[in-house]
Amino acid sequence: MTFTNSLELLSFHWVAYTIYSAMILSVIAWFGYNLTREKAKSVFRIPFYWYMAFLVAGGVGHHIFTYNTIPWVSEDINRAEITPDATYDFEIKNHVWTLPGEKITIQCEDKVMFNIKSHDLIYGFGLFRQDGSMVMQMQVNPDSKNNLLWTFNHNGVFNIVSTEYAGPAQYDENGKDLMEVKNFVAVVGCKKGGLKK
Amino acid sequence: MSFAKNLVSGTNFDHTSLSALQKVTLRAVVMSFLFYGLVAFEGMIMRMVQTGHDVNPLPPMFSDPNHYFSIMTVHPIVGIFGSTYQLVFAAFMFLVPYLTKKPLYSIKLANFVWVMITLGTVLAWLAAFFWQYAPLYTLYWPLPADTQQFHIVGGIIFILGVALIMIGTFGFIYNIYGTIFARVGVHKDKTTKELLISGFGVDGILNLINKLRGKQPYTKEPALALPVVAIFRGTVDTFLDAVVILGAGILVLVFLLADLGGLHWNVATIDALLYKNFFWWGLDLVADGLVLIYVAGSWYLLATLITGQKLFMENVARAALMLELLVSWMVWSHHLLADQGQPEMMKLISGEMVTAFELLTQGLALFITLVTLWKARPLKMTMELKYLLGGLSGFGLAVPAAIIQADMGMNRVLHNTQWIIGAHVHIAIIVGLYMTLYSVVYVLWPLLTNNTKLWSSKLSNVHFWLHLIGGIGMGAFMGMAGLDGMLRRHLYVNGEFNPDMIFAAGFGTMLLVAWMVFLFNIIMSVGLKGLIGIFLPAKDATASYGLEPEKA
Repeated sequence: MTFTNSLELLSFHWVAYTIYSAMILSVIAWFGYNLTREKAKSVFRIPFYWYMAFLVAGGVGHHIFTYNTIPWVSEDINRAEITPDATYDFEIKNHVWTLPGEKITIQCEDKVMFNIKSHDLIYGFGLFRQDGSMVMQMQVNPDSKNNLLWTFNHNGVFNIVSTEYAGPAQYDENGKDLMEVKNFVAVVGCKKGGLKK
Repeated sequence: MSFAKNLVSGTNFDHTSLSALQKVTLRAVVMSFLFYGLVAFEGMIMRMVQTGHDVNPLPPMFSDPNHYFSIMTVHPIVGIFGSTYQLVFAAFMFLVPYLTKKPLYSIKLANFVWVMITLGTVLAWLAAFFWQYAPLYTLYWPLPADTQQFHIVGGIIFILGVALIMIGTFGFIYNIYGTIFARVGVHKDKTTKELLISGFGVDGILNLINKLRGKQPYTKEPALALPVVAIFRGTVDTFLDAVVILGAGILVLVFLLADLGGLHWNVATIDALLYKNFFWWGLDLVADGLVLIYVAGSWYLLATLITGQKLFMENVARAALMLELLVSWMVWSHHLLADQGQPEMMKLISGEMVTAFELLTQGLALFITLVTLWKARPLKMTMELKYLLGGLSGFGLAVPAAIIQADMGMNRVLHNTQWIIGAHVHIAIIVGLYMTLYSVVYVLWPLLTNNTKLWSSKLSNVHFWLHLIGGIGMGAFMGMAGLDGMLRRHLYVNGEFNPDMIFAAGFGTMLLVAWMVFLFNIIMSVGLKGLIGIFLPAKDATASYGLEPEKA
């Protein structure tokens, strides 16, 4: 099982967390109800050490699961050793982007390095789909290396948004985000369900 | 009794019968709930703005970024410090003397604490209201010193406000330790070393080791009761957190004052990422340190008071509190998983691995509390038990929500989204923490008010359900919007994330109504006269509870 983009991952996450939430609320509600009953019996006994083992397995297993199913984790950790197919440099100063051209087009499954430099404040760099969902993001600290390697597995046209608050100057008085760059990144060459044709 | 008479005089509340300890506790509680109301209104303004121009009935000024982010800046200051800190500090300055059977170290200092926190919160709020100082609570360097965007005077007043809150916090810490280490009453013959050993839970660990080795327990009667150990331990984090926040405040203040004096210092001399590490190390001690430890201690106390029985696995609980303290010092990097300059090893060890331990420590506290309750069944479903179960549900939901995001893969697509502030922070605070605190309020109510009759138990139930459903519902829809890409520190004025934001606003309204119902019930119980009387000097200077009267 591999998640090829954030949509697949977050859909899975939505289902898993919803099931968990329903479970924990039901357990507490059932527990509360039975606390008041004279003859309530345990449905099953949870040995303490098994419960602790379950928590340890949950905490550790979660990271093992994501490392093996989310491709950008290992890419991120090893990005210094990976040669990207393309590199794009961005700069930000006074809430204004200096962009690497009019727009950029990326081929499916290309590994792309985004380098962002801030000259003043802490900003963010995020790519968003037209429906507002997030592709990925990172923080952009001044005087710090802010690079992110990303492999695009699905076609799309993405907007750039600063994902960290850098003061109200990012907006006009009507609340319009002045740092949003619409339709700046286009990914082409993937088949309908994602990945290369 | 008529409605008007109740409103003025309450049920049977007599403020003149209250001791100094009871009065100082109630003063802070009153301020806490007033600030809670303010924070609920602020939250609703932001919720309404996010529903977009077509739905939002508020005037356009509320969508102005200067105004909006000013609210977002003071919202956590008022909520965390003005409300939560006050309530927790008040409860603990009453509980420590109550549980240790000793007088509070200083009533004057306790009064100083609530006055400082109230003044500080008001100053910070005024700075945002009048000067629209809006660097957000994170104070990410160099934004708080950005005089191009913010008025210097506003910045100075805001920082002074935060500094007063921290000075009040130091007062609380001194009072707690002064009380715990006072060698009077039951601790007359104890040494400081014995109290320290008990405070850090070493006696719990030694008891466990001796049990494994088949030896007699190190101590059958630990010097400090378990809830006091939790308060002791959580207060260590409270101190460290106050030092860091005050340190950051001084740094910002120095730059602002220099600017005011015409010296334009280069903000780049402070490394933004290093500052972020320093700041998050301290700030995270609020969330992952003192809150979790204080909450665990409160659960243990409530479970024993509600059941009247000993806590299940008490030695393990004592030892786990020590572990929680160490864990809380090493988890701050989970806030920096999206910072590419942060060393990968720190992300991996501090951000992921150690953070995952919180699942273990909080899961353990949940387990011990539930088993203690279960062993004492059948229990009457009192208000305090209902709220305790609500609090357990809140953390049962919120802690895994955070552990899920404290992961390098998930964080890449969830950092700074509404997921973390909704599904984790708001559910942890509103449902987990506040419902635990409401349970404490109901337990302490007869002790603090000399058995004043609550005006309406029906209203208490209405408050419970509105708060529980409103809190979970609002957090859930904020979280869902986060999964859809909605950022947490971003202005949306066109209803981009409706209908999630409409539902979140609906559930948020339930929270606001819940607070109104609770406040109304309390006012009808103590009366307006009683409410004012709480702030009048106490005739009885007693600084302890349940002991022979003694003069402070």
